[in-house]
Amino acid sequence: MLTLQFVPHREIEGLDSIHRVNKLLKIVKEEKIILLEGRLKSHEETDLISKTMEEIDNKFKGIELSAINPESSETKDVWQKLRSMFINMVLGDRGGFTIIGPASIIKDIKKDPNKIQLFTEESPKR
Amino acid sequence: MAGIFTRLLGKFFRNLFKKKKQVKLGLYGPPNGGKTTLANKICKDWLGEEMGSVSNISHETREIQIKEEITIKSKGRELTFNLVDTPGIATKIDYEEFIKEGLKEKEAKSRAKEATKGVIDSIKWLDDMDVVIVVLDASKDPYTQVNITIIGNLEARDIPVLLVGNKVDLKKADIKKVQSAFPQYEVIGISAKYGNNLDDFYEALFRVTD
Repeated sequence: MLTLQFVPHREIEGLDSIHRVNKLLKIVKEEKIILLEGRLKSHEETDLISKTMEEIDNKFKGIELSAINPESSETKDVWQKLRSMFINMVLGDRGGFTIIGPASIIKDIKKDPNKIQLFTEESPKR
Repeated sequence: MAGIFTRLLGKFFRNLFKKKKQVKLGLYGPPNGGKTTLANKICKDWLGEEMGSVSNISHETREIQIKEEITIKSKGRELTFNLVDTPGIATKIDYEEFIKEGLKEKEAKSRAKEATKGVIDSIKWLDDMDVVIVVLDASKDPYTQVNITIIGNLEARDIPVLLVGNKVDLKKADIKKVQSAFPQYEVIGISAKYGNNLDDFYEALFRVTD
């Protein structure tokens, strides 16, 4: 059985980067797939990868991660970019969503600008 | 935002008090994209010697490797840099994959341990780079989060980037797909293994370090 846990942005917006990463990784290590509202900052993504590497052992193999932002920058004009920047400054990076899951369950995530596909293991390792 | 600001401020002060002798040119990308093959080609072309070992088994490069004072020349111009070859960045490392690729269990576990440390080191070194060549395997899907994360971090740090689509000698290679995934960058298609299009690559290197 797959468990998908929705994490609204308000649950992480008050946390600093270290605590955000720790919170997300803790959920993933419980073998749940996170659907996070919004995106992590780019340095938080690398922090998440570094922390994941520290935690890898014979049981925990790492994570699969994918962020989707329907308002990708190349489709925007200057006004739309300014509007997005203002919204991000006020509300944080709430646009789009991020999927993070344990590599033992998610085999691969494929995406192109318009769709995202999750390939899971047939029988998750317990 | 505060994190990025702190990093940029740190870099500014480091550079202020450190006499910068040469450009630090980093090779970044996912595992098995051909970073070390390209590093070897650059070193062979301009120093006459190779830099590191390559293998079909992923995570062959598990430590940062540096070759100092490489000078490339083209059309009367010279560019001197320290070349930094980094371990491939990945979000997962499974020692069982190495066993499938032919390693013994003990060897596979040790390789996995070293590979995780290598990824952490690669990320730590991002702050020290002056210019980065992101080496992608042009025969694979470019829309991976690792690629996006690496490029996003370089953008946030304001580090100039040259995108290389390697392995154009392979039938499945699709440079247009790499270009459409990252339209804000110039993508140079090369084969580091066979030396295809290296002249264009060196020209692009001059442009990006300008």
